Amino acid sequence: MALDRTDVEKIAHLARLATEESELPGYADDLSNILKLVEQMDAADTANVEPMAHPLDMAQRLREDEVTEENQREHFQNIAPQVESGLYLVPKVIE
Amino acid sequence: MHTKTIAEIIEGLRNKQFSSEELTKAYLDRIKQHDKTLNSFITVDADVALKNARDADKKIADGNAESLTGIPIAQKDIFCTQGIKTTCGSKMLDNFIAPYNATTVQKFNDVGAVLAGKTNMDEFAMGSSNETSFYGAVKNPWDTNAVPGGSSGGSAASVAARLVPAATGTDTGGSIRQPAALCGITGLKPTYGRVSRYGMIAFASSLDQGGPMTQTAEDAAIMLNVMAGFDQRDSTSVNKPVPDYTSTLEDSVKGLKIGLPKEYFGEGLDPAVGDAVQVAIKEYEKMGATVQEISLPNTHFAVPTYYVIAPAECSSNLSRFDGVRFGHRCDNPKDLMDLYTRSRSEGFGEEVKRRIMIGAYALSAGYYDAYYLKAQKIRQLISNDFKQAFEKVDVIMGPTAPDVAFNIGERTEDPVTMYLSDIYTIAVNLAGLPGISIPAGFAKDRPVGLQIIGNYFEEARLLNVSHQYQKVTDWHRRVPKGFE
Repeated sequence: MALDRTDVEKIAHLARLATEESELPGYADDLSNILKLVEQMDAADTANVEPMAHPLDMAQRLREDEVTEENQREHFQNIAPQVESGLYLVPKVIE
Repeated sequence: MHTKTIAEIIEGLRNKQFSSEELTKAYLDRIKQHDKTLNSFITVDADVALKNARDADKKIADGNAESLTGIPIAQKDIFCTQGIKTTCGSKMLDNFIAPYNATTVQKFNDVGAVLAGKTNMDEFAMGSSNETSFYGAVKNPWDTNAVPGGSSGGSAASVAARLVPAATGTDTGGSIRQPAALCGITGLKPTYGRVSRYGMIAFASSLDQGGPMTQTAEDAAIMLNVMAGFDQRDSTSVNKPVPDYTSTLEDSVKGLKIGLPKEYFGEGLDPAVGDAVQVAIKEYEKMGATVQEISLPNTHFAVPTYYVIAPAECSSNLSRFDGVRFGHRCDNPKDLMDLYTRSRSEGFGEEVKRRIMIGAYALSAGYYDAYYLKAQKIRQLISNDFKQAFEKVDVIMGPTAPDVAFNIGERTEDPVTMYLSDIYTIAVNLAGLPGISIPAGFAKDRPVGLQIIGNYFEEARLLNVSHQYQKVTDWHRRVPKGFE
């Protein structure tokens, strides 16, 4: 499927990426080429084939409900762009 | 000293021919001398390395040495290292100092290995040439006009140039095996679940797997002994005993049944690479192995399938980079949406953005069945191909890559051409199988890799089969000119 500029803008929004007007044609071409490659999948007969989500046939492991990790808030917030009183700061969301 | 394998270094340390500090200094000097040319490291912290070395020397003196005690090992910059920058090759993480160690890093620390540095890589491991790194392209030591392959290009180049005895890598679609082939070293991608993914920055979680990159299969066995094993902190880690991978290296390959998939020797394979691989396979016949043609009929679907599954998983994994808790944040965001979109657009490079968008598109409303579900079904077919093949043969052999190392800049214009560099490696990740690439000669003066694929959890057999070849050949001992 060939994508146009509007498609790219829509996808970029879904992916939370900002795109410059000048980048749109390049992305449209590249993404269309990749999709052309991907669409070779159409030739595969997958009737009655179970989808494989994961390489190993395994069930999700469960463990005892015990505390295993300590609170390390200060340690983790050392690398945050902006924090105040133990909270991550972002631009105002609610007026 | 720098051409020694890990096995030889262990011997030297044990016999007090040199100390870990002397050894580490020698490698740090080599990095200083050669890495301006190669750009294979993003971060080298000499103080940390020398402290590790002195601690190791004490451990050795006290009689507490373990396998890798005192041996400098480079970590791909995708593995989190506490207190040392971990960038994943991205501007997004240019300021990121991990608050904890990846399990793999911790395991090397626990045995007293020396952290030689963090190696360059394609951004978020997305690439086959190491050209997508925010820190610049890595050069192939065999020819500095050529790429080292990717995404573990820095690890491959540094080991090939003997700037370190060994390094770690990660392999999502060929990212250990393809650069190992292009740089003339040994690279093992273990079975999915064999090596912990905890603290290994996620690209495509159902495909990613860490593994060793070394000069020899013997060294890879020593490394895997440290790396493999169950980890409570990785939900897809497999709780299965780890054998001593060095204990079966000397087993005979007489009677070994080798399958050659006809799809791996057809169109798209450079004839010179094909010839080198055939010569390598002849060596196995001389050692008493038998060869038969097999078919993996869905091989041609592997690349298209991968370019749905990997981007879909990456678009989900990389949504955590939002400029809020860590990583790059744009200046003066005007609102929350601006904070997200601008931080991400400034922080990610072109290839990463392309893959995130492909993934977001494939998972978007109305397209899921046509792309993601279809890809998962083909993944089953590809996996079944291997299951059937392993009913007839013990291992599968073929080329690791369709061509030798290409020139820097040669394939950057067209992403799809670049993607085809991984046509022989990707199916192995989709199935979750182990695979290894070992040096098997040269074509056009650049290294050729022989890929050996095994059944689930048969790393020991792959290492044994590789080691036996390395006993009768010396390709793995060749050192690129200028780095001898």
